[in-house]
Amino acid sequence: MSSTTTPASAVNGAGRVVRTKASRARRRRQGIIAWLFALPFVLGFAVFMLFPIVSSFVMSFTDFTSRDVQNSFAVAFVGVSQYADLFSDPRFIKSMTVTAYFVVVGIPLTMVVALILAVALNSGIEKFRTVFRVGFYTPVVTSIVAIAVVWKFILQDNGLLNTVLGWVGIDGPNWLNSTTWAMPAMIIMAVWRNMGTLMIIFLAGLQAIPQEVKEAAAIDGANAWTSFRRITLPLLRPTLLLGAVLLSVGYLQFFEEPFVMTKGGPLDSTLSISYYTFNQFGFGKYATASAASYILFVAIALLSLVQFRALRSKD
Amino acid sequence: MTISEDTPLALEPGGRPVASTRPVGRHPSGTRWLIYLALVIAVVITLFPFFWMMTSSFKTQGEILRNPTGLFPQDPTWENYATWFTQLDIQKFFFNSVLVAVVTVLGNLVFCSMVGYALAKMDFPGKRLLFVLVLICLMTPGVVTLVPLFVLVSKIGLVNTYPALILPFLTTPLGVFLMRQFMMGIPDPLIEAARIDGAGDFRIFARIVIPLCGPPLATLGILTFLASWNNFLWPLVAAQSEDKYTLPVALALYTTGQDATDYGLLLAGSVLVVGPIVLLFVCLQRFFTQSIAATGVK
Repeated sequence: MSSTTTPASAVNGAGRVVRTKASRARRRRQGIIAWLFALPFVLGFAVFMLFPIVSSFVMSFTDFTSRDVQNSFAVAFVGVSQYADLFSDPRFIKSMTVTAYFVVVGIPLTMVVALILAVALNSGIEKFRTVFRVGFYTPVVTSIVAIAVVWKFILQDNGLLNTVLGWVGIDGPNWLNSTTWAMPAMIIMAVWRNMGTLMIIFLAGLQAIPQEVKEAAAIDGANAWTSFRRITLPLLRPTLLLGAVLLSVGYLQFFEEPFVMTKGGPLDSTLSISYYTFNQFGFGKYATASAASYILFVAIALLSLVQFRALRSKD
Repeated sequence: MTISEDTPLALEPGGRPVASTRPVGRHPSGTRWLIYLALVIAVVITLFPFFWMMTSSFKTQGEILRNPTGLFPQDPTWENYATWFTQLDIQKFFFNSVLVAVVTVLGNLVFCSMVGYALAKMDFPGKRLLFVLVLICLMTPGVVTLVPLFVLVSKIGLVNTYPALILPFLTTPLGVFLMRQFMMGIPDPLIEAARIDGAGDFRIFARIVIPLCGPPLATLGILTFLASWNNFLWPLVAAQSEDKYTLPVALALYTTGQDATDYGLLLAGSVLVVGPIVLLFVCLQRFFTQSIAATGVK
C-alpha cells in the first residue's frame, strides 16, 4: 500500500521524530485529498441512497402516510406493528408466495437455458458465432415497456403462442387472464429477457476452462456427457454461483413484468412483493410500503450472503 | 494437403489417438450441423417478437384486430408512426431520454472513477466503511429507496424536474465497485514514480490512472446508458407532466391510457423505444458483451 513506501519510513536516529511528524502530516494531507476525491460521490450517495435507506427503515416503525409529507408532527412510532400487520395481511402473504414461485422456478430455468446456449456456442462452432451471441443478447437491452406491448399480443388467447401450440394439437390457455398460467407466462418472459446476460457470463467461464483437462478426459475414454458432468460443471461452479447471485438479486425484485402485463392480476396471482410495496406507496401508506420493502431487502441480503458463502468455500 | 504429411503428426510419440487431430470440443460435422440447426431455431424464436413488432407496426388498426397473428401487413401504412411525430410529442420524449441518459453517464464516469481512485490507491480514515456501504447498496432493492426518495424530492420541490430524474442516478454503487476493482490492478510503482517526480494526486489521477481506464469506463458508460434508457419505475413516479416524460414512461402511459386500444400506435411506439438501443447495441456489440463478462468476472 502507498503508506509503506513514503520516503520517511527509511530514516533513523535524530531525524526520526521530525520525519515521523512530517509523515503524519503527509498522511493527513493525503486523507483530505482522498476525501476530496470521494466528495461528489459521497454527497450524492448520502442524500439519494443512504438517507433514503435509513429513513425507510425508520419509517417502517411509524405510521407515516402521504398526508405527513409536508407536516410530520402527527407521525407516531408504532413499534413493529407495521410488520405484524403485513404478516397478517393475506395479500402480502400471497405476494411472498408469488415472489418465491418466480424465484424458485425462474432462476433454475434461466440458468439451464443460458447454460445450454453457452455450451452450444462454445462447442467449436466458429461461423456466425457473433450473430448468435448478438441475437440471444438482444432482449436484454430492450425496454420492458416496449416488450410488454408485443408480448401481450403473443400471449393473448388467439395470439401467436397459442397458434403455434395449436399446430401440435395443444389448446393453449388464455395466458394473462388465467390465475394458473399468468405466472408461467411471466417466467417465460423473464427467461427470454435474462438468458442473454447469463449466457455471456457462462461463455466467459467455459472459455476459461483449459483444453488440456478435457483432452485428458477424452483420452481416458470419457464421452461428451460424462466429461461435461464430471469436468465442465465442477470447474464452472464459481461462475454458476455468480450467475445465481446476480439472478436472485434481480428476480427477488420481480416487478416490471406484472406491472406492465397484468397489473398484478388476475386475482393477485402475479402480485409480487415489490408490486405490493408499490401499491402501498400508491395508496399513500408510506410506512407500510417501507416495512414491506425492508422484508424484501432482508430476503435479498440473506440469499446473497448464503450464496457468497457457498461461492467462497470452494475457491 | 496429402495424407503423408498428416500421418506423422497423428502417430507422434505418446500415441495420441488419431481422432484428436480435431480439437477437443469440436464435434464431427453431423453433430455440428445439428448444433447449428438448433441454434438457428433458437435465435429465430428469440428474435421473433422484434420481427413481429416491426412488421405489425405498419398494419392498420383494423388488420391487427382481424388477424392478430399475421406476419406481414396487407397494405402497409406509415400512419402509426406519423401519429407519434405529429399528434404526440415524441421528439420531446426522445430528447428527455437522451438528456437524462447522457448526463447520468457523464456523472458516473467522472464521479465513480474519482472515488474509485481514492478507494483503490489512497489511504484515508473511513475507507473500509465507505467501501462496505457501497457493497451493501449494491444489493439494495429499488423499492426500498423509492418512498423516502419521493418524499425527499417533493420536500425540496424537485418533483417533475430534470434534476429529479437525474440526480438519484448520477453516481451508482456498481460504478464505484467497477472502477475500484479495475484500479486495484494498476501497479503501485507507476503511481509512486509519478509521486516522487512531484506529481500531485489530481495530476496522477488525470494523467496516469484515467488513460489506463479505457475498458472499465466503456463498461460503465454502456451499463449506465442502458439502465438510464430503460429505467422505468422512478421516471414514472418523478415525471408528472408530458414535457418531462421519458420514452418508456410515455409509452407506458399510452398503453394504459385512452389510447390503450390503438394497437398499431403502441407497436410503432415500441419500435421507436427499442430501435435506437438495439441499433446502438448491434454497432457496439463487442463492448456490450465484454462489459457483461467484466461485471461477471469482476
